Amino acid sequence: MAQPLTMIGAKPAPQETQSCWSCGTMRAVHFCEACGKVQPPAPVDYFAFFGLPRKLNLDAAALEKDFYQLSRKLHPDLNSQAGTQEQEWSLQQSSLLNDAHRILKDPIKRTQYLVKLEGVELEEQSKTATEQARSSGEAKKQIVPPDLLEEVFELNVQLEELRMQKKIGEDDPALIEEIGRQKLELEGKRDALLHELQGHWKMWDGMIQREQNGQPVSEEERKYLRDKMVDVLNRRNYIRNLVRDVSEVLEN
Amino acid sequence: MATDRIVGIDLGTTNSLVAFMQGESPVVIPGDDGSNLVPSVVALDENDQPVIGNAARKHLTETPERAVYSIKRLMGRGVDDIQDELKFFPFRLAEDLQPGEVIRIKLGDKTFTPPEISALILRQLKRNAERFFGAQVTKAVITVPAYFNDAQRQATKDAGRIAGLEVLRLVNEPTAASLAYGLDKKQNGIVAVYDLGGGTFDVSILKLHDGIFEVISTNGDTHLGGDDIDNLLITIALDDTLGDLGIDLRRSGEAVQAIRNAVIEAKIALSSQLSVKLDVELPGGKRYLREITREQFEQLIQPIIDRTIGPCKQALKDAGLKPEQIDEVVLVGGSTRIPKVRALVKELFHREPHTDLNPDEVVALGAAVQANILGGGSEATENMLLLDVTPLSLGIEVAGGVTDKIILRNSPIPASATQFYTTQVDGQANVAIHVLQGERELAKDCRSLARFDLKGIPPMAAGMARIEVKFLIDANGILHVSAREQRSGKEAEIQVQPSYGLTDEQVESMILDSFDSAEEDFRQRQVIEARNEADTILAALDKGKKSPAWGHLTTDEKKKIAKMEKALIAVKAEDDYQAIRKAIDALNQGTTRLAELMMDSAVSTALKGKTMDEADMGEGPTAPHPMAKAEFE
Repeated sequence: MAQPLTMIGAKPAPQETQSCWSCGTMRAVHFCEACGKVQPPAPVDYFAFFGLPRKLNLDAAALEKDFYQLSRKLHPDLNSQAGTQEQEWSLQQSSLLNDAHRILKDPIKRTQYLVKLEGVELEEQSKTATEQARSSGEAKKQIVPPDLLEEVFELNVQLEELRMQKKIGEDDPALIEEIGRQKLELEGKRDALLHELQGHWKMWDGMIQREQNGQPVSEEERKYLRDKMVDVLNRRNYIRNLVRDVSEVLEN
Repeated sequence: MATDRIVGIDLGTTNSLVAFMQGESPVVIPGDDGSNLVPSVVALDENDQPVIGNAARKHLTETPERAVYSIKRLMGRGVDDIQDELKFFPFRLAEDLQPGEVIRIKLGDKTFTPPEISALILRQLKRNAERFFGAQVTKAVITVPAYFNDAQRQATKDAGRIAGLEVLRLVNEPTAASLAYGLDKKQNGIVAVYDLGGGTFDVSILKLHDGIFEVISTNGDTHLGGDDIDNLLITIALDDTLGDLGIDLRRSGEAVQAIRNAVIEAKIALSSQLSVKLDVELPGGKRYLREITREQFEQLIQPIIDRTIGPCKQALKDAGLKPEQIDEVVLVGGSTRIPKVRALVKELFHREPHTDLNPDEVVALGAAVQANILGGGSEATENMLLLDVTPLSLGIEVAGGVTDKIILRNSPIPASATQFYTTQVDGQANVAIHVLQGERELAKDCRSLARFDLKGIPPMAAGMARIEVKFLIDANGILHVSAREQRSGKEAEIQVQPSYGLTDEQVESMILDSFDSAEEDFRQRQVIEARNEADTILAALDKGKKSPAWGHLTTDEKKKIAKMEKALIAVKAEDDYQAIRKAIDALNQGTTRLAELMMDSAVSTALKGKTMDEADMGEGPTAPHPMAKAEFE
């Protein structure tokens, strides 16, 4: 079985102004302002697709509005009378639009995408990776946040106990209540980490703004801010997976 | 330029319909028997000619080995998938089926794949539309259950092609329903569509926003519907007769069909009555009698309808919504007429569901709206746009037999994902990729969609190749794959082995009546059909003349009828089908009063239930039920 490589997003291509393939007018990026024809997709990242700078605080309402407006131009349903080539572009453009919107509208996915653009592939903490590690016998690389070590150990013992109890058809209400309490606590931590992340967004966005204003931004600063966010994301992913495991045991 | 008419088709488990946009509103096109619903039943007559719809229903009881219903349950599925269905449905599989081959069903001595049988139904709908327009129809939008997987969608598209239709779009049934619903409401808000049909269940949650119909989440069960309720009631009746009379009727196609008809009638009656009496004549002169109260019925079907709860809750969860945030609930599918189902929906969404649309027709009407949008739109559909999602996650098998999800369920479509692959040995020329669909973690628990072989990778050291594979789910929910080796820039050749599908060549060889598109053939068929219709009405008129009602007409009326009759006979000999049609219409108009008079005198023997199919049945499990012992006379 083939092993997928990880994909590091391409740096955004400079957005060249081009003329419409159909009517020759200078065009907008995705469709022609003059004749409405869909244009061939350019290889850009999701921020650039929406004409946005790589900032993390974004106006969700404006993004949705743009999404709807672009959908009205690019969706295959509205281009089904067009020529074969244009229909093909419409399909590609519209899938790009959907993918970009799906990632950018979600604060966590957006940040993950940005650090990936900046060259960091996050530790794979998904359930799939866990299963894969389990079945291949490899130890899963997983960073347990140090401040959680003790708590997580305790919780895992309790979860194992509850699993065993459930297997023999018993359940201990006190244990369930205790695990439920810890779950709430973890959810609190998870939400607090989003706030922490948003604090880093501010720093990052400030840096991008300076860059846009033509001020020099050092590679160190860029990396430093990026890695701060990577750290929060990793911790948050860890807790999110823990919450998922706990919910699974409680619900089953 | 008059653009081609694009019709909207609801290809249902129990019934199928065709509709189109007439001016501002969608309408259903009736068949030549006047009925809007074409039962999804196909039979072969004694000359091996296919018969479809109401005409095929009698074959279910008379020659059950030459008829088939509920074929939708088999679309895009393999032999291994359908073992459960075979317990309850009288599908006769071809004996020589190989594992991994597309299923073939026996009708008489011939065998047909499910897409071919569906194509016969589609062709009937196509003909109904052509008769209605007096012009050819070659383009259609066809609806599918939202929870249909890639193979089931592909099979539906193949069926369209075999029927001589260009399928411009597959639309999800609940989404189509929301289009029909939203057309006259013109409002913003969150809508939940609960669609319990003959064989499938879907739930979709949509956001309506200035003409954009955006699906937020969808869920369902492609094997849950009214069929399951019927089968339960049939099983009880068969258990009764076996236990109390010692007669095993399971192999008697005719008796099972009679029971099936009776339980369906009873089921329908129980939506408006508090109790119903089953009374079925069994072979050997015995009668099977049983009273079923609504309370008992509701207790009985509870486990079936409870299976819709999980998908509804999951859809809400995936949408990130609480039941209180749903503004409207729309009911679709015949099974939502059951009061207990309505009560369940109300409980799930904390809201009284809408019942003002005909649950049998709303999907076809929505398909017609979508057809109109695809055809360039009109005033009524201006600004309307459907944004749908993929119901199931798409994944790739990676080491250890694990599914790596690359497009998650409820992602808006079209959607794409890019994966990079490399080689593991020096000079490796091929890479195998296994594509899966489903939510489970292990590949073996997901649905296998296809195996791809990337071939012709230029020789290089292990790990050096960089093959970009692009997965794209189009607006029909169907997957496309392309691959390129990046270092050499060479397009990698992809060999697709669909796990349960027909190849292009197979579809090509199945295309029904390749002459169908020929203008002359179309005209000839129209002439033949028009002549047949003329014969029918002339025969009816002869009968009318002999009835007592004839005597009640005035001399003037009789004279007029005679004149129109003569005109029809004259024009029937010519080849102008439009003229024949005109003469038929005139005679029809002129004999309205005669028909009314005849009806009055014979109303008692006329109308009987129309919605029933008939069945034969395999071995079923013994069904526990809350009812008393049956009676026999």
